Amino acid sequence: MTAAGSHNPAMSDEGMVKRFLRATEIDARMLGMIGALLVIWAGFDIYSGFLRQADGLFGGSFLTPRNIWILMVQTSSIGVMTTGMVLVIVMRQIDLSVGSMLSLVGVSVGYLQVYKLGPWLGVGHPSIWIIAVLFALALGALIGFLNGTLIAYLQIPSFIVTLGGLIAYSGLAWWVIRGETVAPMDQTYKLIGGNGPLASIGPLWSWVLAIVACAGIVAAIINGRTQRRRFNFPLRPIWAETVLAVVGSVVVLLFTWVVNSYPWAPKVIEKYAIDHDIPIPPGALNVDGNAICMADGKVVRCLDGLSYETGYAIPVLIMLAVGFVMTFMATRTRFGRYIYATGGNPEAAELAGINTRRLTVMVFTLMGILVAISAMISTARLDSATNSLGQFNELYVIAAAVIGGTSLAGGIGTIYGAVLGALLMQSLQSGMTLLNFESAYKDMVVGAVLVSAVFLDQVYRRRVK
Amino acid sequence: MNRKLFTLMAGALMLGASALPAMAAGKTIAVSWKTFQEERWKTDEAAIKAVVEAAGDKFITTDAQGSAQKQAADIEGLISQKVDVILVVAFDSDAILPSIKAITDAGIKSIAYDVQFEDPSALYITFDNIGVGRLMAKEILKAKPEGNYAFIKGDKGDPNATFLFSGITEVLKPAMDAGKIKNVCETFTDGWKPDNAQKEMEQCLTSTGNKVDAVVSENDGMASGVVAALDAQGLAGTVPVSGQDGDKAALNRVALGTQTVSVWKDSRALGKTAAEAAVAMADGKDMASLPGVAKFNKGKKGVEMNAILINPDPITKDNLNDVIDAGWISKAEACAGVKAGTVKACD
Repeated sequence: MTAAGSHNPAMSDEGMVKRFLRATEIDARMLGMIGALLVIWAGFDIYSGFLRQADGLFGGSFLTPRNIWILMVQTSSIGVMTTGMVLVIVMRQIDLSVGSMLSLVGVSVGYLQVYKLGPWLGVGHPSIWIIAVLFALALGALIGFLNGTLIAYLQIPSFIVTLGGLIAYSGLAWWVIRGETVAPMDQTYKLIGGNGPLASIGPLWSWVLAIVACAGIVAAIINGRTQRRRFNFPLRPIWAETVLAVVGSVVVLLFTWVVNSYPWAPKVIEKYAIDHDIPIPPGALNVDGNAICMADGKVVRCLDGLSYETGYAIPVLIMLAVGFVMTFMATRTRFGRYIYATGGNPEAAELAGINTRRLTVMVFTLMGILVAISAMISTARLDSATNSLGQFNELYVIAAAVIGGTSLAGGIGTIYGAVLGALLMQSLQSGMTLLNFESAYKDMVVGAVLVSAVFLDQVYRRRVK
Repeated sequence: MNRKLFTLMAGALMLGASALPAMAAGKTIAVSWKTFQEERWKTDEAAIKAVVEAAGDKFITTDAQGSAQKQAADIEGLISQKVDVILVVAFDSDAILPSIKAITDAGIKSIAYDVQFEDPSALYITFDNIGVGRLMAKEILKAKPEGNYAFIKGDKGDPNATFLFSGITEVLKPAMDAGKIKNVCETFTDGWKPDNAQKEMEQCLTSTGNKVDAVVSENDGMASGVVAALDAQGLAGTVPVSGQDGDKAALNRVALGTQTVSVWKDSRALGKTAAEAAVAMADGKDMASLPGVAKFNKGKKGVEMNAILINPDPITKDNLNDVIDAGWISKAEACAGVKAGTVKACD
C-alpha cells in the first residue's frame, strides 16, 4: 500500500472520476447501472417521440410522470421478491418456486376473500383485508419454511426442492380454484395494488415522506461519520459527504416531484366527485362534454379538500419499505452478516459457530413472506386471482437479482442493485410495449440484456481485481 | 278438425319421430378422451351420455391420460369390442391417424370431437373458432362503430390467437379501410396472462393519452387485466371490451357493464350435437346427410372433410339469462354487485 501523500505516478494519474468514486465510496457498478437505466429511458422517450409527440422530457411518452409512475408500480411485485432472492443466492442457494408460490398464495387469498370471508362477514366488511393479509403472510411463511426445512435438515439441494415446488405449488394452486378466475377483490385490499385514486397517498403525504427521507439521508451520513471517528476509521472528505447528501436528497425530491405531477385521470376525478357528493364547480368541459375542472387541456386543482395528483402509489411504498428493511437487515444485523459469511465460505461459517441450517430455514421463510407480499400486490392490482399469475416470475426475479450484481457463486449481492435490476428489466419491457414492439423482440432483448449484464459485470470485477 | 286436435296430432307425430332412434337401440357409442383430468370434459361427457342412453344405446369411455401411445392402445381395445361409433378427442392430431385408419378398416365410424385430425373418413365436430373472433368484433363494432381500437391478442405460439384475429379483422376490415376504425395498439400476450394484458393496456393508454375507444381482447382472462387498467383511468364501463370463455368473473363484468361481451362455448351443446350425430351414424345414416354438416378444409394440411361447426353464443347484458338458465353460472354469481334495474337478467 502506498501512503496517500507519496508521489506515486499511478495515483497522480488517477482521473477525476476515480478520485470522486474513491472519496464518495460509491459503487462504480451501481453508477454504471443507473447510467444504463437513464440511457434506456432517454432512448425510449426519444424513440416514442418520433412515433407520437407527447409531453415527455425529450418529447416522447416514456419520460412522463404518468409512465414513470406506472413503471414503478409495474416493478413493485418483482422488486419485492428480488430483495429476498438476493439473500437466497448469496447463501449459495436458489429458489425456483417463487412464481408458483405467488400463484398459490394469490389464488388462496383470492378464494378466501371471495368465497369464504365475503359470504361470512358480508362483502366489504372492514376486517376482510386484515384477515386476508395475515393469512397470505402466514401461508407464504409456511411454504418458505417448508422449502427451507427440506433444504437445510433433509439436505436436499435447493435446486431440486424448489424445482419440485415450482411444479407442485402450481398444481396445488390449480386444485384450489380449478383454473377459474376469482374476482373481485375486497375494496380495501385492492389498495395494495395501486389501482384507483385512493391507492396512492397524494401529494401532501408524498412531500412529507420525501422530507423525512431527506432528513434520514443526512442523519445517516452524520451518524456514519461519528461512528467512523469513534473507531478511528478513515473519513470521507467533507465535500464528498456533502455531495452524497445533496445528490441523495435531490433524487428523492425529484422522484417525489415526478409522482406528484401525475394527475388523476379526468374520468377518475369526475367519478370521485360524484361518488362523494362533491359539487363540481363550473369549469372547462372535457371532450365528452362533462363538467370537470380543466384548464389548457390539463386537469387542475379546483375542488377544495381534494388533491388531484396521485403521489406515491401504495405498492411502490411497499417496495421501498421492503427494500429499506431488507437492506438494513442485510447490512446492519447479525442475521445479515451471517448470511454473507455463509455465502462467502459455508464451511468457515459453520466452524465459526454459525447455525447455517437454521439460517437457511430463516432465509427461505423470509423469501416466502416476501412472495406473499408480491402475491397480494399482484392480485390486488389485477383485482382478481388466476392460476397463471406468477408464472415465469421466478425467472424474472432471478434475472433481476443477477442483473443487479448478485453473484451466483454466492457471497456477493446487494438489495438496491437487485431492485434496480428489476426496474431495468421492467423499463425494457414497458418501453418496448409502449413502442408496439412485437413480443418476440421483447423476449429476445430481455434475454440478451441479462446475459450481457452478467458479462459486463464479470469484466468489471476482473479489472477491479 | 279443430286446432287443438291438430296440435296434439302433430305433437304425437313429432314424438314418434324423436323416438325413432330408440328403435335401432342396442348400438355401442365409445369416447376416447385424451385426458379426463380437465374439468370441462366432465361436462361434455354428461351431455353425450344423456343423449346416447336416451336413444337406448350403450356408452363406454376410455381415458388416454395425456399419452398418444395409451390412446392408440385404447382405440385398439375399442375396435376389438366391436363398438359402432368412436368419438375421438385426439391427444396428438398426427399420431392418431394410424388408429383412425384401423377404425375405418374395421368398418367402424369415427368422429373427431373438438380436436381436429385430418382424415376424410371422420366427421369433425367443433366450435367455429374463426367465428368466435367474428362474434367478438361484431359486438364491439355494434357498441363503437368508429374510433381508436386496441387489440390484445393471445400467446404468439398459440395458433388460436391468430385464428381469432383473422376472424376479428375480417369483420372490422371494411370499417378500417373506410378510416372509421384506427388500430392504435396491437400486441400478443405471453401465455394469455391477465397481468401481462394489464401492463400492455396501461402502456397502450399511456402512448395514446387515454384515447382508446374500444378494446378487442381475445379471451376473458386478458379482459380482466384490460378492465383493471381501464379502471385505473376511470374508463371501465365506457370503453367496450370483448372476451371469450364465459368465465364466471367475466360474466359478472358483463352484468356490471365493464365488459361488453363474453363469447361462450357451451360444451354441452357440443356434446349433444356430437352424440346425436353418433347415434345417427350408428344407425347407418350417411354423415354427409346429417343436419348442419358442411365441408371443411381449413386444417393444417387442407384435407377436406365433413364437419359440423357449432356457433358459440355471444353473451351480453341482453342475453345474460342464457348462461343463468343453462346452469352455467348462478344468478348470485353473475349478478354480484349489480345495481337493480340495470340488467334484466338480474332483476
